[in-house]
Amino acid sequence: MKRTVVANGNEMVVEGAIDAGCRFFAGYPITPSSEIAEGMAKRLPKIGGVFLQMEDEIASVACAIGGSLGGKKSMTASSGPGISLKQEGIGLACMAEIPLVIINVMRGGPSTGLPTRIAQADVMQARWGTHGDHPVVAICPATVKECYTETIRAFNIAEELRTPVYVLTDAFLAHLSEKVELPDGKELKIVNRKRPSVKPEDYYPYDTGFGDVPPIADYFSGYRFHVTGLNHDKTGFPDINPVLQESEEERLINKVLRRQEKIATYENYKIEDADIVIVAYGSNALGAKEAVDSARKAGIKAGLFRPITIWPFPSIALQQVAASAKHIIVTEVNLGQMVYEIERIILGGRAVTEIKNGNLIFDTRHPRSSADLTTVLQANGTPIRPNQILSRIKEVA
Amino acid sequence: MRYEMRFSGVGGQGNMLAAMIVSEAAIYFGNKHACYVPTYTSQVRGGPTKADIIISDAPILYSEANNIDYFMSLHPKTYKMYKSDSKQGSIIVVDMNMVQVTEEDKKNFRVYELPIVETARNKVGNVITANIVSLGITAKLIDAVSEEGLLKAVERRVPPKFLELNRKAFEIGMSLVK
Amino acid sequence: MAVEYEKYLRMDKFPHYWCPGCGNGVVLKAFIQAVDELGWSNNDIGMVTGIGCSSRASGYVDFNTMHTIHGRALAVATGIKMSNPDKHVVVIAGDGDASAIGGNHLIHACRRNIDITLIIINNWIYGMTGGQYSPTTPTGSIAATMPYGNADPDFDLVNLTIGAGATFVARSSVAEPVMLKNYIKKALAHKGFSVIDAFSNCHIQWGRKNRFGDPVKLVKHIKSVTVSSAKAKRMNPDELKGLFVTGILYENNEKKEYTESYFDMVKRAQAKGGK
Repeated sequence: MKRTVVANGNEMVVEGAIDAGCRFFAGYPITPSSEIAEGMAKRLPKIGGVFLQMEDEIASVACAIGGSLGGKKSMTASSGPGISLKQEGIGLACMAEIPLVIINVMRGGPSTGLPTRIAQADVMQARWGTHGDHPVVAICPATVKECYTETIRAFNIAEELRTPVYVLTDAFLAHLSEKVELPDGKELKIVNRKRPSVKPEDYYPYDTGFGDVPPIADYFSGYRFHVTGLNHDKTGFPDINPVLQESEEERLINKVLRRQEKIATYENYKIEDADIVIVAYGSNALGAKEAVDSARKAGIKAGLFRPITIWPFPSIALQQVAASAKHIIVTEVNLGQMVYEIERIILGGRAVTEIKNGNLIFDTRHPRSSADLTTVLQANGTPIRPNQILSRIKEVA
Repeated sequence: MRYEMRFSGVGGQGNMLAAMIVSEAAIYFGNKHACYVPTYTSQVRGGPTKADIIISDAPILYSEANNIDYFMSLHPKTYKMYKSDSKQGSIIVVDMNMVQVTEEDKKNFRVYELPIVETARNKVGNVITANIVSLGITAKLIDAVSEEGLLKAVERRVPPKFLELNRKAFEIGMSLVK
Repeated sequence: MAVEYEKYLRMDKFPHYWCPGCGNGVVLKAFIQAVDELGWSNNDIGMVTGIGCSSRASGYVDFNTMHTIHGRALAVATGIKMSNPDKHVVVIAGDGDASAIGGNHLIHACRRNIDITLIIINNWIYGMTGGQYSPTTPTGSIAATMPYGNADPDFDLVNLTIGAGATFVARSSVAEPVMLKNYIKKALAHKGFSVIDAFSNCHIQWGRKNRFGDPVKLVKHIKSVTVSSAKAKRMNPDELKGLFVTGILYENNEKKEYTESYFDMVKRAQAKGGK
């Protein structure tokens, strides 16, 4: 049965997590993500799950990793400084291939910054925050409803790929409350991690004979295995063989890249005949949509390209849109982050499809765009208003 | 129909709850689209707060109010901070004992200067009901939600023990608007 | 009865990584003997370690094992234990791992009194990284980052963990492996957070800088700075100065264990009804 609720972004993240099967949460109080911890603290004990408020942010991500290895779908949530503190743990989850969902309710920064105010300035941190080469999936919901649906999708991807997945919301979306119609529980697609079917003595936690995402056993299920943050071989033990490590490092990256067509979702809005294409993501895309509507009313052919997944970025989809555009306007609530990625994708005309023996393999089928590129950026703690974007549209039209 | 509202004051006055109740009245009892966006600081008591509400027949995209039809302020600081998005000729309601409205503002807006907190304290008998007095005033002044709908939304939110007190606050609030 | 060590070890991972004469093996052996005496199944034991020489122990035992990141073993172990409260979870950590970078997790694991056993292999030094001073390096001794003698006061991990709320705390050393095994066995069987402060010899990184480059000489030195609690009772404070008391130094069976407290709360929450 469809359900209609009035809720805010943080509350919908909680509902999404619970409906995705999350049964383990570890967190630490921080504005503006605290209501997620509060919601999980209320919901998880009711269904026999584990909620822990740990001693710090680092412990929270570490504990959530432990919960995931223990067999539970696991999540942590934070903002700003807390996400910075979690970076090492996120790297461990990447390296050891442990499913995990990290919610980042983005707020102004750097440092303590603007704790209660909107920002989208952690998108590059999501990509490169932890040290070393690593895979990353990051999703940017734009609406309260998407806080629900995209949190579920984040769990599904984390489970399917054995990798940490970020959901990046923001302080505005977190507290924006509206009516939301949630899908029927039966319609939800829920993915669970692949567990081994071989005999315990034949099981290896990183056995690529079973594909590029090997099955993962729960601790204490009879499959005794070793996990380490060091580079390792198929048995999970430390290994420094350069040949093996090159292929293993590349496998980590490729397991995301090779599925990017499926993972890298996006929305095209009034794009078919658009001369002016706005690129916006997260809650900022709503103001952009309004600006597009206003521009259309004024007879200007404007459209919106909205990446829903920002990592991996839906590069080819953007190239297709950009090819016929005369002008691209990138808007984000920061002083310029994703714009560099977008510039590379549309002006360079290259989309990475995988990495093979040290070579990045590019898809160059789509032409380079000759569009001009401008930005509407803001990092003052307030959302970018539709009028700001509309003015830029009118300037370039 | 699209109606944009902003409630402002300082932390602890209950303005955010009042705003949330307005949005819920629109959704639950007005069959409208509505959204509610609270903005606050880390100062739990006494810090500036505002909450925006948009009520609309059509789905709402950008949800911060920036073309405001109705602005309520219970504190001089937030009156100055958050008034700027009000439309020419829109409604402004202030607590007359706290906010001094300039002559210029009186020309530009339909200003109601009412003793909101004082009424809650002396006539209702509990200062904590100031936000519900505000809602009574609001019910009388706007068409975007109905008086009955707003009262029902208040009743949905307050504990049964305080139901009568809040009904009284709502009615007295309505009576403040002549 | 002789212990069948092969039953507990991943024999294909030997020879081990530790320096000849290292005390880590003595502690690991005592731990395995204790597990054997308790008759626990390999499937039911989880071992979590952080970073450091001693943290390589998790690779050698045939349990559910995880070698995590520096300082965070207890936090990960808490997640593993909470998701499997009926299983046994053990953490082996070095002094720096447990009490410096992981100090916050240490005191809070003690406070919660979660049913995890922490064995700190306390060799007074960061061995793997080259002999830098740790919170337990004796004041005055030489370290790579204290070439003129350690200016820092040192931690007494027994007092620290008792103060933070652990409910079983014992100290022993590689100089008395049988006692060490006995204490570990009691710690493992204890319901609550248990700590073993196991003094061990790093003759390479601490010893060579402090005229104890020979392992036997260093173990003898460890013996000379420790005194059993029975003996310590008969000594006055002056005589005890500079000595570390060994034995079971604290045991409390009254304080409620954390997984029990948590799942009691779950029952209360479920009894309340509603979503």
